[in-house]
Amino acid sequence: MLLIHCPYCDDTLPEPEFAYAGEAHIARPADPMALSDEEWKNFLFIRSNPRGTHYERWRHIHGCGRFFNAIRDTVSDKFVMTYRAGEPRPNLDALKEAAE
Amino acid sequence: MTQAFRIPGAGRVNHAKAVRFTFDGKIIEGREGDTVASALLANGVHLLGRSFKYHRPRGIVSAGSEEPNALVGTSRGPGRFEPNTRATMQEVWDGLTVESQNKWPSLAFDVGAINDRLYMLFSAGFYYKTFMWPRSFWDKVYEPFIRRAAGLGKSPTEPDPDHYTSRNLHCDVLVVGGGPAGLAAALAAGRSGAQTVLVDEHAELGGTLLSEPGVRIDGQGAWGWLETTLAELRALPNVRLMSRTTAIGYYHQNMVGLCQKLTDHLATPPEGAPRERLWRVRAGQVVLAQGAIEKPLVFDGNDRPGVMLAGAAQTFFQRFGVKVGTRAVVVTSHDSAWHTAFDLAQAGVKVAAIVDIRPQVSAELTARAKALGIEVLASHTVTSTTGRLRVASVHVNRVRNGHVDPWRSIDCDALLMCGGWTPSLHLFSHTKGSLAWDAQAGAFLPDRKTEECHIAGAGRGLWGIAAALEDGARAGAAAAKALGRAAGVGSFAVEGDRTGDGVVVKELPTDRDPGKAKAFIDFQNDVTAKDIRLAVREGMRSIEHVKRYTTNGMATDQGKLSNINGLMVAADALGKPAPEVGLTTFRPPYTPTTFGALAGLRRGRHFEVTRKTPIDAWAEAQGAVFEPVSLWRRAWYFPKAGEDMHAAVARECRAVRTSVGLFDASTLGKIEVMGPDAATFLERMYTNPWAKLQPGRCRYGLLLGEDGFIRDDGVIGRLAVDKFHVTTTTGGAARVLNMMEDYLQTEWPDLNVWLTSTTEQWAVVAVQGPNARKVLEPLVEGLDLSDAAFPHMAVAECTVAGFPARLFRVSFTGELGFEVNVPARHGRALWEAIWAAGQAHGITPYGTETMHVLRAEKGFILVGQDTDGTVTPGDAGLDWAIGKQKPDFVGKRSLQRPDIVAKGRKQLVGLLTEDPSVVLEEGAQIVADPNQPLPMTMIGHVTSSYWSEALGRSIAMALIEGGRDRQGETLHIPMPGRTLRAKVTGTAFVDPEGQRLKV
Repeated sequence: MLLIHCPYCDDTLPEPEFAYAGEAHIARPADPMALSDEEWKNFLFIRSNPRGTHYERWRHIHGCGRFFNAIRDTVSDKFVMTYRAGEPRPNLDALKEAAE
Repeated sequence: MTQAFRIPGAGRVNHAKAVRFTFDGKIIEGREGDTVASALLANGVHLLGRSFKYHRPRGIVSAGSEEPNALVGTSRGPGRFEPNTRATMQEVWDGLTVESQNKWPSLAFDVGAINDRLYMLFSAGFYYKTFMWPRSFWDKVYEPFIRRAAGLGKSPTEPDPDHYTSRNLHCDVLVVGGGPAGLAAALAAGRSGAQTVLVDEHAELGGTLLSEPGVRIDGQGAWGWLETTLAELRALPNVRLMSRTTAIGYYHQNMVGLCQKLTDHLATPPEGAPRERLWRVRAGQVVLAQGAIEKPLVFDGNDRPGVMLAGAAQTFFQRFGVKVGTRAVVVTSHDSAWHTAFDLAQAGVKVAAIVDIRPQVSAELTARAKALGIEVLASHTVTSTTGRLRVASVHVNRVRNGHVDPWRSIDCDALLMCGGWTPSLHLFSHTKGSLAWDAQAGAFLPDRKTEECHIAGAGRGLWGIAAALEDGARAGAAAAKALGRAAGVGSFAVEGDRTGDGVVVKELPTDRDPGKAKAFIDFQNDVTAKDIRLAVREGMRSIEHVKRYTTNGMATDQGKLSNINGLMVAADALGKPAPEVGLTTFRPPYTPTTFGALAGLRRGRHFEVTRKTPIDAWAEAQGAVFEPVSLWRRAWYFPKAGEDMHAAVARECRAVRTSVGLFDASTLGKIEVMGPDAATFLERMYTNPWAKLQPGRCRYGLLLGEDGFIRDDGVIGRLAVDKFHVTTTTGGAARVLNMMEDYLQTEWPDLNVWLTSTTEQWAVVAVQGPNARKVLEPLVEGLDLSDAAFPHMAVAECTVAGFPARLFRVSFTGELGFEVNVPARHGRALWEAIWAAGQAHGITPYGTETMHVLRAEKGFILVGQDTDGTVTPGDAGLDWAIGKQKPDFVGKRSLQRPDIVAKGRKQLVGLLTEDPSVVLEEGAQIVADPNQPLPMTMIGHVTSSYWSEALGRSIAMALIEGGRDRQGETLHIPMPGRTLRAKVTGTAFVDPEGQRLKV
């Protein structure tokens, strides 16, 4: 069972309080009708599914109810960090440098 | 029996307290403190069961939880039977019933042992080869035969009368393993003030110390030191000691699952005591001090009862005061077994010989052996054993320059083997910690860690008690320091420690045809060295494939004894060094764990919540039959005396169509959508237009996923400009709210809207039928219910039966209908008020089945029954529900995707069977031509099907390819024994013009 940090509650809590919500930073297009079939398909179905660092969404569904973003390593299953929805995608390299 | 093999005064059992239990019906006497294994051995019983595949006689191999062979059925009273209990772990008590497994007709004479002669049929991968032909034999002949012949214990047939519980525990340091390393770690951590937990799977803490009483620590005997240490640990308020507690799994972020056995060792458990308790421990630091597991040697006949691990013989002697035989031979590749031989010789066991694979053994050991009158056979091998149900002799051969000389026979009734020691790193493997081969230790040792853990003692290849103590203290101190505590590293003065080393071997050298040798690697799954080599010859290259093809290490012991030997043989066959071949992964649980422990309190009615409406008790009192709908239980139908379901539903349907019915719709999902942007939000979420819907009016809403497929539907009422009462399907409420929150929070955070689940805040009573207004009107205050003032799809706030209400004029039946929402606490009273008011009109309560029939007669869909996640509004005939002028809504763009606009999609249509009395089966497949060859082309399936009381015939809905273009066509529904015919129609069977609503 993972411990997950909710960036809104600012508390680290057990995984059963949270629900996974798919890959992060996939914004719904402002005008879907202007997209080609190919572009719409990419928005709908194509995900990065990486081995390693994954930007993803979680919801503190049995807590504050907020959706937030997280960086998790899909190999080790470890969270690198969590951050609020709407915040820009963190620069992982910069984070690593700062840590070192 | 007489306990002829018990050594008076020896071991830690209570010689003053006899304990009697039965084994296969015979009364066996043991001592308090015995395990089933030690008590049977004390009585000279070595034969405990028959093996999985070949039904070979099997005995006790080990003295611990790694035991692969000595699995027995234990019965602790009615309903309390457990198969596959390890005889080496089950403590004895007066009245315990033990039976052997996998034998027929008896343990000593087993018909299935014929399999042993047919071993060529059962070699590696035999499932895939031997029983392939003819194909038709698989179901009726081969599989039943294999299932009967192969197997372990029988599952109990009665419900488990015991109960199980669980607890959470947070601590600073968790120490797994109560041997010298674990005790020293707990001391260091405990003395630092850290909250420390020490667990061990055995009844007694002490580990190796229990089997090595000759060692002296800090001037005391090992057992004295153990007592002193446990007393100190018990006195520390920050230390918790738990025996009979197995760490079953090591999960993320230092969460460790523990299974504590509470009553299996008790003759009379306290009333109401749980049998086991599952602990979920979250530890700051974990110390793994699980020691090492002795390796068997691989030679022909190494599975015969009486052949066991040398360390096990040592434990049975020192801890339980039991001799495992009168005349023993030791075969080893490691020094440790020599010490066992010396201990046994001093206890009066005749040790006929020590057979050592190594050409050179230390002079000290050989001198000691000779002094004890033990023949030393260095550079020798064992090539076979004899004896039917117990080893009687062993064939030993000298090995010179790789050549095996002819054998000579040595009589023995116990053959003690030792192939060295494997660090027990199962829990470490659970964390994905990596292992690296250490040539010096001849073992895989922990390498890269992924968790905050420390490995101590034999687990990292440090043999001997002194090393274990020092390393344990180091690990305990390191754990305490990592938590910011000051901790000292204790030092220990150890005398009489018996360390040593050895060599790593694959199969022992033999002069026999290796194709005929039955040299077992996995005792529990009956896998031999020959099987592993065969798997490699047949093309298995990865150790993972070898494992699955041979089933090596896949038994309930998870290969605790077999994995490393299997790897050595596979590596040899592949011509690669062992580290390059690699190990398979250990996974939780460490030892088999009961379902009871894992389920804990979540069983029976606590398995999951049953949601009940405020009207549920009334329905129950009326004799309603219930059905589960998501987590709710809903009244399905209300049978009167003598009525079956069909009769009850027909009567309920007639009542609604001719007079008035009463329905509990409280489970309907409800979401209050409020705020200045509420209408904008709904415009974007639902397919329908909402901006121009006037307050006081309702509209049917259709919700799609972004992929264009129907997700949910329901009536939405506008109560005010900024306030909507949204209803969802019963099962979809939470899903829809989550989806709305997702869009609101992450896509349109600029919208000023609040979403509140109100499903359980409102009780909903539906009054449906031509007399609905007559029943309701006298109860309503503050609202004109006439058709002109309050037409179909109107909503208003008013008072009903004195309760504040939201009244909807809606109909899921096709009749004049109202749905009265009142605060949940008034639901029952409202229901009874309407019930009383309706008596003059014969008001009839109806259940979900009647609701389904009535809506199907009208062609109203049920999301999830008539749709399946691949149905678009167009497919379902709901294009009218799409706001054509809206620039965007969730799913709109997908409705133009090429696959969605393609011809030939499955469309929802009505079906009328040629024989009106036949009700089609829901899910039945539909074909166009019943005479086509098999397999037929299926063009659709029946989604809803009922007897329509209103029409006096059956009706059905179906999803059919190009269905709406097939109006009037006759299609075919092949069923067992007959093919049904049905005509494609529209979906509205009753009152398609909706005249009955306009009253």
